[in-house]
Amino acid sequence: MCLAAPMKLESFQGNTGIVELDGVRLQVGLDLIEHPQIGDYLIVHAGYAIQKLDPEEAQRTLDLFREAENSRRS
Amino acid sequence: MNFLEAFRRPQQAHALLDRILQSGASRTFRFMEVCGGHTMAIWRYGLPNLLAPSINLLSGPGCPVCVTPNGFLDRAMALSRQPDTIIVTFGDLMRVPGTSSTLLLEKARGADIRPVYSSRDALNMAHSNPERTVIFLGIGFETTAPTIAATMQAARQMGLKNLRLLSALKTMPQALRAIASGGEVKLDGLILPGHVSTITGTPIYEFLARDFSLPCVVSGFEPLDILQSLLMLVQQVQEGRADIEIQYGRSVRAEGNAKAREVMAAVFEPCAAEWRGLGLIPESGLRLNSKYQQMDASSLEVEVEPAREHPGCRCGAVIRGAIRPDECALFGASCTPENPVGACMVSEEGTCAAHYKYKSLDPLA
Repeated sequence: MCLAAPMKLESFQGNTGIVELDGVRLQVGLDLIEHPQIGDYLIVHAGYAIQKLDPEEAQRTLDLFREAENSRRS
Repeated sequence: MNFLEAFRRPQQAHALLDRILQSGASRTFRFMEVCGGHTMAIWRYGLPNLLAPSINLLSGPGCPVCVTPNGFLDRAMALSRQPDTIIVTFGDLMRVPGTSSTLLLEKARGADIRPVYSSRDALNMAHSNPERTVIFLGIGFETTAPTIAATMQAARQMGLKNLRLLSALKTMPQALRAIASGGEVKLDGLILPGHVSTITGTPIYEFLARDFSLPCVVSGFEPLDILQSLLMLVQQVQEGRADIEIQYGRSVRAEGNAKAREVMAAVFEPCAAEWRGLGLIPESGLRLNSKYQQMDASSLEVEVEPAREHPGCRCGAVIRGAIRPDECALFGASCTPENPVGACMVSEEGTCAAHYKYKSLDPLA
């Protein structure tokens, strides 16, 4: 139920945006987030963006995975 | 950048798994994943087999379909039989058995019941059917409640007089308190819901660490997220800590999403709510506030059959983590995803459905 996917904001007008993931496009409400910008990755749930994805935090998490992988090899 | 595939790499999963099993080699652990989305991911990626026997995972009350009691479904079906009525619902609810029927069956009998992906879809339906009453069935937790609140606000701005909401919306903290204080299951820690927390932030969970000394990690939904969260939980236990940590930093800020909470608070107020398996819990539901009362479908008068649960169904105990699905006599026999008796077998993310679908899967090589 609480499923949500990171989708890229392609365009928007007022509180309605078009987001895209793997070629799938969806109209979503932007009523619940502050200052959307084209190119933002949005966490989309039930037709609304519920948060902006933080790419730096995502990278930090991926770095931890890589570190685990590297230390296993060494 | 693709924010999904990068969180599913098998080599990294094995590296994290090694770390979990090394750190936790001395003992066994029992953790609860609260959210149904986590349950689904855990089983889909074969994690229980990889983690056994040292890490045991129990599913919690975070599947909205599963905790929605029969009475709500019975009322929705009674409303669907009223003239000039359209019922709009998340698809998840269509096959859930009420006392004597399902929405799917009522639709086959001629009721106008429309499954949708978003409450936004109800706006168009209300707009293009001004002579009919359009009732949206609101189920879900703090993730979904703001989206429905935004839809109700939009309906008001558009001047739609015929859109109503039948709310079974619920909030997590009191249900988690019921589980933590129930004493029925002894837990070493909790995997907390990632998208609920995206809205609420972490303050709502502080009592779990403070009053119950439970280590907690807010987790993402990809397999590497879940494995890393388990590693963080094992480390907390080993170090004798009970903290609320965030693994899912790319979506969850400690302070949550204040704007979404404002929208939610402008439309809803807390109320007591009935949970399948947990009973009536004060302050654990959301209903429309006085400003939105004219949109409340719970005030519509309709005759509803007295709610009964199937006598053999043990969904309630499964939801509390008190039994595994295969400890229910109906599981896999008279209750299957094709012919579900209980809600936990219907929902994609129900514990019984996940066990049934994925139990025999070998771990990913």
